[in-house]
Amino acid sequence: MSIDQTLPGSLAPEDKANLQAAAGAPEAIVAPPGGTGGPVLWMRKNLFGSLRDSIITVLLGAVLLYVGWGFFKWAVIGATWTAQTADACRANAGGACWAYLVEKAPFMLYGTYPFEERWRPTIVSLLIIAMLVSSCDRRMWNWRLAAMWVVGFAVSWILMFGGVFGLPYVETGLWGGLPVTLILSVVALAAAFPMAILLALGRRSNMPAIKALCVGFIELIRGVPLISLLIMASVMLPLFLPEGVTIDKFLRALVAFSLFAAAYLAEVIRGGLQAIPKGQYEAADALGLSYRLKTQMIILPQALRLVIPPLVNTFIGFFKDTSLVYIIGIYDLLTAGESAVKDPAWRGFANETYLFLAAVYFIFCFSMSRYSQYLERDLNKSHRR
Amino acid sequence: MSTATAARNLDASPVAIELRNVNKWYGQFHVLTNVNLTVRKGEKVVVCGPSGSGKSTMIRCVNRLEEHQTGDIIVDGMTLTNDVKGVDAIRREVGMVFQQFNLFPHLTVLENLTLAPIWVRKMPKKEAEDLAMMLLKRVRIPEQALKYPGQLSGGQQQRVAIARALCMRPKIMLFDEPTSALDPEMVKEVLDVMIELANEGMTMICVTHEMGFARSVADNVVFMDRGEIVEMAAPTEFFANPKSERTRLFLSQILSH
Repeated sequence: MSIDQTLPGSLAPEDKANLQAAAGAPEAIVAPPGGTGGPVLWMRKNLFGSLRDSIITVLLGAVLLYVGWGFFKWAVIGATWTAQTADACRANAGGACWAYLVEKAPFMLYGTYPFEERWRPTIVSLLIIAMLVSSCDRRMWNWRLAAMWVVGFAVSWILMFGGVFGLPYVETGLWGGLPVTLILSVVALAAAFPMAILLALGRRSNMPAIKALCVGFIELIRGVPLISLLIMASVMLPLFLPEGVTIDKFLRALVAFSLFAAAYLAEVIRGGLQAIPKGQYEAADALGLSYRLKTQMIILPQALRLVIPPLVNTFIGFFKDTSLVYIIGIYDLLTAGESAVKDPAWRGFANETYLFLAAVYFIFCFSMSRYSQYLERDLNKSHRR
Repeated sequence: MSTATAARNLDASPVAIELRNVNKWYGQFHVLTNVNLTVRKGEKVVVCGPSGSGKSTMIRCVNRLEEHQTGDIIVDGMTLTNDVKGVDAIRREVGMVFQQFNLFPHLTVLENLTLAPIWVRKMPKKEAEDLAMMLLKRVRIPEQALKYPGQLSGGQQQRVAIARALCMRPKIMLFDEPTSALDPEMVKEVLDVMIELANEGMTMICVTHEMGFARSVADNVVFMDRGEIVEMAAPTEFFANPKSERTRLFLSQILSH
């Protein structure tokens, strides 16, 4: 035990240092050799360590400056910030047309959702983002969180569809933009995750029938491209349904996505399950824990935290893959952007469009990535070996 | 206190564990051959033998971490079968301590101890925590209750593992080489806890190479080799006059250095 822990917390730092020095605590006396560095030292070590390094640094620096300056000229200096029509932008061909984005961004974010009802998808998007953010805090991980999501989904459902409380009904064919991307990815992944856990556990089951079922499902779904699964869901499935029965296209895409994501996530989770030492199972067995308790309290908590990096990797991949629904004519963020490019009044601003869409996707994906890093650190803080 | 008195007292006490003609194979390999062993309530049995002799396999059969193929194992009056409920019922009464501790690294020491009493025994949380703290005091590490296993030394972890098993208030304790993975200076702190437990009358089967422990604590010492029980005797007899050649060879190997 270090002396730090035995000292009362109320002591001033100097007193603590003195006490440590008096007690002969080595960390108080011997500083590590060499200074802490500083930017100049860092640069000499990492950028100009040898002649070859220096040449590479200078060359790459020049390329970066050239490209960066070109982008800056296009995006800032020569850009058209305000314009009533596209002609003003077209006259200034060397610069970006941000006026176009001001005009078209709402369409990209909402798609063809009725103009005067756009406050509804706005609330839904904000609600989903707020729920995602509040789910990030580990202290929130209890039944209240699950309840919050159920209520949140119900509210989103009512707002998006309408038809009650005096809200006009809006069919899914008119939905579009960011809320579609958010709903598709959040709902599909939320549905896929528990399914994936069951599939992963089933694949390791001793019961041959369950194991075969899980292996069959995973291999079948993994073995086909997502696009073909989406087309099957949207074109083939209705052929097999009895006459008069229709399932909403959006819902079918949602189910196809969930199944696809579940198969991939299951394999990720199985990797984590395999990494848990046999001794953990035996210790749980020896205490008389049932299979359910053992899995829920001992195995899964350890397995899932081991696979956070590949899990988030898969999440990010699927978030972006939702853009594939354009194949079956659903207006997600990317599809909405593409039709904005084709608007005759503002034709020809693809650069600005894709830059904007990339920025929106990047904000979500980068947040996920940062959060996973935080979560890993936070979970490992307590029991690092 | 002489071994003779201990033995006489034990003859009167009920049978806690009985193995009758137990056989087990790993594929073609015969790990346990006609193992017969009776352990009475309050009896302490030390099992020794060369590695691969089936000692661990035998005690792991007692709480069915391993399945035997023929013969009967009766624990606390219940015969071990494939019935999951029966197995869980026996596991609740039989505590086990492993060579590698096998603490749950994602739970604090206190949570490691209270998990099974709360979820398996349905004990109220407060009561389970009081019991856990009492046991942590007994193994002399109450101040570590809120730490995680990874922050503890090997000896401390093994004492937590013993306390965790005791927290289920078991009637029988199985020890599978509890000191083999420890640094030498930590062996004593774990053995001290085990001796204390033995003195309180716990029924114990302990696989170990700590012959000092066997001498001072065991009622009977069992020597196993190639899946068979070669010899079983009270420690004084076992160490002074080993009957079989194999036992003599083994003892000369582990006691000579």
